Amino acid sequence: MEKKVTVNLKSGLQARAASSFVQSANRFQSDVYIQKNNIKVNAKSIMGLMSLGLARGSEIIIFAEGHDEAVAIEELARLVSEE
Amino acid sequence: MSKVTISDVINKFNFEVVSGEEGISKPVLKSDLSRPGLVMAGFDEYYPAKRIQILGKTELTFFAGLNYEDRQNRMSRLCQLDTPGIIVTRGLDVPEELIIASEYASVPVMKTPAKSSRIESKLTNYLEYKLAPTTAVHGVLIDIYGVGVLITGQSGVGKSETALELVKRGHRLVADDCVEIHQEEDDKLVGHAPELIAHLLEIRGLGIINVMTLFGAGAVRTYKQISLIINLENWDPNKVYDRLGLDEQYVKIIDTEIPKMVVPVRPGRNLAIIVEVAAMNFRLKKLGVNAAEQFANKLTDVIEDAEREL
Repeated sequence: MEKKVTVNLKSGLQARAASSFVQSANRFQSDVYIQKNNIKVNAKSIMGLMSLGLARGSEIIIFAEGHDEAVAIEELARLVSEE
Repeated sequence: MSKVTISDVINKFNFEVVSGEEGISKPVLKSDLSRPGLVMAGFDEYYPAKRIQILGKTELTFFAGLNYEDRQNRMSRLCQLDTPGIIVTRGLDVPEELIIASEYASVPVMKTPAKSSRIESKLTNYLEYKLAPTTAVHGVLIDIYGVGVLITGQSGVGKSETALELVKRGHRLVADDCVEIHQEEDDKLVGHAPELIAHLLEIRGLGIINVMTLFGAGAVRTYKQISLIINLENWDPNKVYDRLGLDEQYVKIIDTEIPKMVVPVRPGRNLAIIVEVAAMNFRLKKLGVNAAEQFANKLTDVIEDAEREL
């Protein structure tokens, strides 16, 4: 499953925001990935996520695979798309 | 694949643009170059128009000896719409006919004081690097006794902790968590860290640490060829793990097959030492000593002897 979202967080995905994002991602059993341009990283790893340097307005794709994929995508998409 | 345009090439090599500036944002799709001597001579079947063309002293001296009509004709053959650019070397004067033809087809013509062969080798290296297929994987890349080991495994299995202990034991960290991989040539994968997280390691409970400032410049590397993949996974009692080391498994990254080992994780197992020894054993195999194979052969000999005695 995948979903395209735009990062709407006021100052992008800063270190603290990335940390709480990764924590949320880790609550799900599914494998979760985030892709920006052509680079795909594991959403459960903070370093990978921060290496993308997601700014406000960045377009990303969230991928999830596993039995709770639908909830995972919903929840994670909400996290980045709220202001 | 990353995109390279003629203006990247111009900036990188400080070329002077003579004409055809409109085509400066054209992409370069091929890393091969062409020296169109035969096109100058009038033979343009198989002319590789999509490559960057290099005109040196030989080509231009020959060209200067042609009559006006041929000169016009051949330069317009040279400047195709999909020709990314033409480089005139040794600071030679760009022929009038080339300027006209290149303006017409918007093919950038660049000038350099360097010699053709020099430019050819530098440009090929640059383009091959830039156009090499790339990917990113989740894992830790570390240089252990000169062997580039990519440690992979689920999030939380202990990759970064293993890397930390390896660094403490004198090995060098290349990238933590996210490794960008270039296939530079066939069978050669080179990994490096994304710029933002270079030299950093994330350890649960400690947070982000900077390996270079903490352990010194000798503890990090900027890039390393990947020779071995070690996959850490939680011990699964139903799974059969390799007990002999006779069979080799491979993983394909881009188009290259890399030997892979699966190491089960269980509390009390010192992963850093296991990974370190795996790298040493890999080196030993490369040097021609395969302990598992030697042992298996010896065992076969003993069994055969015993059979004969019976």
